[in-house]
Amino acid sequence: MATTHTRSAARLMMAPSVILLFAWMIVPLGMTIYFSLLRYNLLMPGTEEFTGLLNYEFFLTDPAFFDALKNTLLLVGGVLAISVIGGILMALLLDQPMFGQGIVRILVIAPFFIMPTVAALVWKNMFMNPVNGLFAWLFRLLGAEPLDWLAVAPLTSVVIIVAWQWLPFATLILLTALQSLDEEQKEAAEMDGAGPISKFIYITLPHMARAITVVVLIETIFLLSVFAEILVTTNGGPGTQSTNITYLVYTQALLQFDVGGASAGGIVAVVLANIVAIFLIRMIGKNLEA
Amino acid sequence: MGSITLRSVSKVFGEAKVIPSIDLQINEGEFVVFVGPSGCGKSTLLRLIAGLEDVSGGEIVIDGQNATELPPAKRGLAMVFQSYALYPHMSVRSNIAFPLKMAGMDKGEIDRKVSDAARVLNLTDYLERKPRQLSGGQRQRVAIGRAIVRQPKAFLFDEPLSNLDAALRVNMRLEISELHQQLKTTMIYVTHDQVEAMTMADKIVVLNRGNIEQVGSPLELYRKPANLFVAGFIGSPRMNLIEGKFAEANGAKTVGIRPEHIGLSRDSGLWEGTVTIAEHLGSDTFMHIEVPDVGTVTARAGGEFGVRHGDRVYLTPDETKLHRFNDRGLAL
Amino acid sequence: MARKVSTQRKVAFTVMAWTIGFLMFFPILWTFLTSFKSEGDAIASPPVFLFFNWTMENYHEVQSRSDYFSHFWNSVVISFGSTLLGLLIAIPAAWAMAFSPTKRTKDVLMWMLSTKMMPPVGALIPIYLIFRDGGLLDSRIGLVVVLTLINLPIIVWMLYTYFKEIPGEILEAARMDGASLMKEVIYVLTPMAVPGIASTLLLNIILAWNEAFWTLNLTTSNAAPLTTFIASYSSPEGLFYAKLSAASTMAIAPIVILGWFSQKQLVRGLTFGAVK
Repeated sequence: MATTHTRSAARLMMAPSVILLFAWMIVPLGMTIYFSLLRYNLLMPGTEEFTGLLNYEFFLTDPAFFDALKNTLLLVGGVLAISVIGGILMALLLDQPMFGQGIVRILVIAPFFIMPTVAALVWKNMFMNPVNGLFAWLFRLLGAEPLDWLAVAPLTSVVIIVAWQWLPFATLILLTALQSLDEEQKEAAEMDGAGPISKFIYITLPHMARAITVVVLIETIFLLSVFAEILVTTNGGPGTQSTNITYLVYTQALLQFDVGGASAGGIVAVVLANIVAIFLIRMIGKNLEA
Repeated sequence: MGSITLRSVSKVFGEAKVIPSIDLQINEGEFVVFVGPSGCGKSTLLRLIAGLEDVSGGEIVIDGQNATELPPAKRGLAMVFQSYALYPHMSVRSNIAFPLKMAGMDKGEIDRKVSDAARVLNLTDYLERKPRQLSGGQRQRVAIGRAIVRQPKAFLFDEPLSNLDAALRVNMRLEISELHQQLKTTMIYVTHDQVEAMTMADKIVVLNRGNIEQVGSPLELYRKPANLFVAGFIGSPRMNLIEGKFAEANGAKTVGIRPEHIGLSRDSGLWEGTVTIAEHLGSDTFMHIEVPDVGTVTARAGGEFGVRHGDRVYLTPDETKLHRFNDRGLAL
Repeated sequence: MARKVSTQRKVAFTVMAWTIGFLMFFPILWTFLTSFKSEGDAIASPPVFLFFNWTMENYHEVQSRSDYFSHFWNSVVISFGSTLLGLLIAIPAAWAMAFSPTKRTKDVLMWMLSTKMMPPVGALIPIYLIFRDGGLLDSRIGLVVVLTLINLPIIVWMLYTYFKEIPGEILEAARMDGASLMKEVIYVLTPMAVPGIASTLLLNIILAWNEAFWTLNLTTSNAAPLTTFIASYSSPEGLFYAKLSAASTMAIAPIVILGWFSQKQLVRGLTFGAVK
């Protein structure tokens, strides 16, 4: 639906976005790959030299890397499990007839808008603090010994904080999907003799399947890069108990100034994210055709 | 003002030749209807004339000036779209005024022209409303109003009535015909409905697979279809097309006879057949009759002709109204 | 079709949903309440909920001690700046892709999306070094550029899905009516696209406001937005709950309110149109 004139105008209008994004993708990535092949430490300027894959060897054989990889997977998996299962349950509940549905929705969605540093600090100090935190008070009330959450279960604590932020996201998207389910379809299923459970399994769940996939994929992309929550709560510790790959690369780069090693780590993170991205892109691409 | 000439105009989308090559002359003041089944290229042809698509070859001449390379706005044509394409955020007044505003006309002149158009189209009371507050027919009239204020060389209509219900469609058909009588401007009208074509056109262009099958006045097409396609497309119910012995006896591969040109009788005739379906419309009765050796024949009788499924009737085609076609489907 | 539901069931669902809603919201409510307490009330055991001496003192102190408003202003400049710049670049692109699509349009959109998938650590070091050498560290302009680029794919996508819903015939009508490309965009496309553009603007301000990887790594003080400002409360000031709460409340209030307005668009934006 176009003439040559509009087509060339179209190309011109797309140019800035395409060029900028291309530069944004290729320049840092190219530099990171280049640095990853160098021995390059900011504290020792002028000593850069080509070392091949040595940085990768160091990074991938570093025990901290395995901890970080394990923590990354646990963090992503834990938050996903909580937010998807919790999200489905909450979406189902919010879809029921009730008084003040709009207000409940607003209450539930609010944590998603909280900036990560605030969420992390509020939870760290006001809830998880072993002396003055609300959890400590609750434990004492129940006659239990208060827990020093961030010292005893650092990764679990981070998972709780991050899940609190992402559960609303899952709920909101799943609820939106749920509300687009045709009421007549549910009624038809009822006429066909389906009870609430078979209605959920055969009608509701398949209808939500795509939304669930989208939630899983998008959350994964963001969760692989969780950073601020770790920085302000545990600093990755104790030891490397709550260090994920993003945080590990950050410590190598900006705390140890090891540009080469950190770059290798960055590339490893890119590769991991790409594995997820391929699935997400397929998924959204399919939707674009429909 | 308003003559349009197409010379070897063609359009190719990727691999698909939508329009192989078309030559057509549209005279000043004519009401020309492009008609054909969906996918025949009629809308594409209209969009080529409008300048919304580039031609792949050939040239378009408007009023003696080569307009092939001109952008749509410079061609002096106005178009009414199938969806009306009203600007939803503008009032009826602003919608109608928009082309004048684009032309940089001064405010007083615009106001005058808009109120004239509104009066002609019965929209005076609705000028301040938004399109979504109007009925389908009113929206249609706003779209037409937007077209007429520009006093274009020609109007282009792209299936403008297909979104209206049946009763309103008949009304708007009359209104557009009346408008043409008043304005005497060239109009090109695209439709897939042969009834609209027959009732409105001065000249019908029948298109099929991007080719012109025939050009002529409605009655010419009805009386002398140039080929099987036109024969089958123009006229309702469709012409009966008969092959075999009867056709050979008439020296043709195929013989066509319109339902209204078949004499019916209960006791004698050329063919004897059994009624399979009788549709009683009140004024007319259309019968589908199974005739051995000939096939299923549609015939028209008066509304009071009381036949039912299973009745036996005799048919006699009017020899002077037979259409004969050769083995390439062309009229003999 | 509204279906008949017994009142008991409705009440039961209401109680359950409100309880869960309250629990989810509680940390925010608690922060808000604590911001009005004295430091003593803030750590009182058992905790006090409503019956304490309400005071504004924390807010005054946060402002005077750490200059809240300059950080707030940085957040505003960075989030609005990057969003507006992003819109400026993205509107023409989304327009072109929605109304003049070619065979490659889909690939371009997909590719844009894929740039969003790149984890920020993959780009951290080069960007840090470029910023250091270019004197852009701790500068607002540098952050505006980075946030524009990281949100550009989302902006293009959101606008694209909104523009897609505007029928092409209307733009063709404008073309027939003699509107130049420029006028077509100004008089026809933009007014029709305003709701979509507004939603995009809103969502991206929220995303930029809360962005915490680049802001934490590229700013320290002068250009530090609220994310960095709050992070500085990590320790030991974090133990002063009332002041932490006041600072937090001020950091999140504007965006939580904006967020409530944009719930619906949020779904579309964050799922790249896959869920509407």
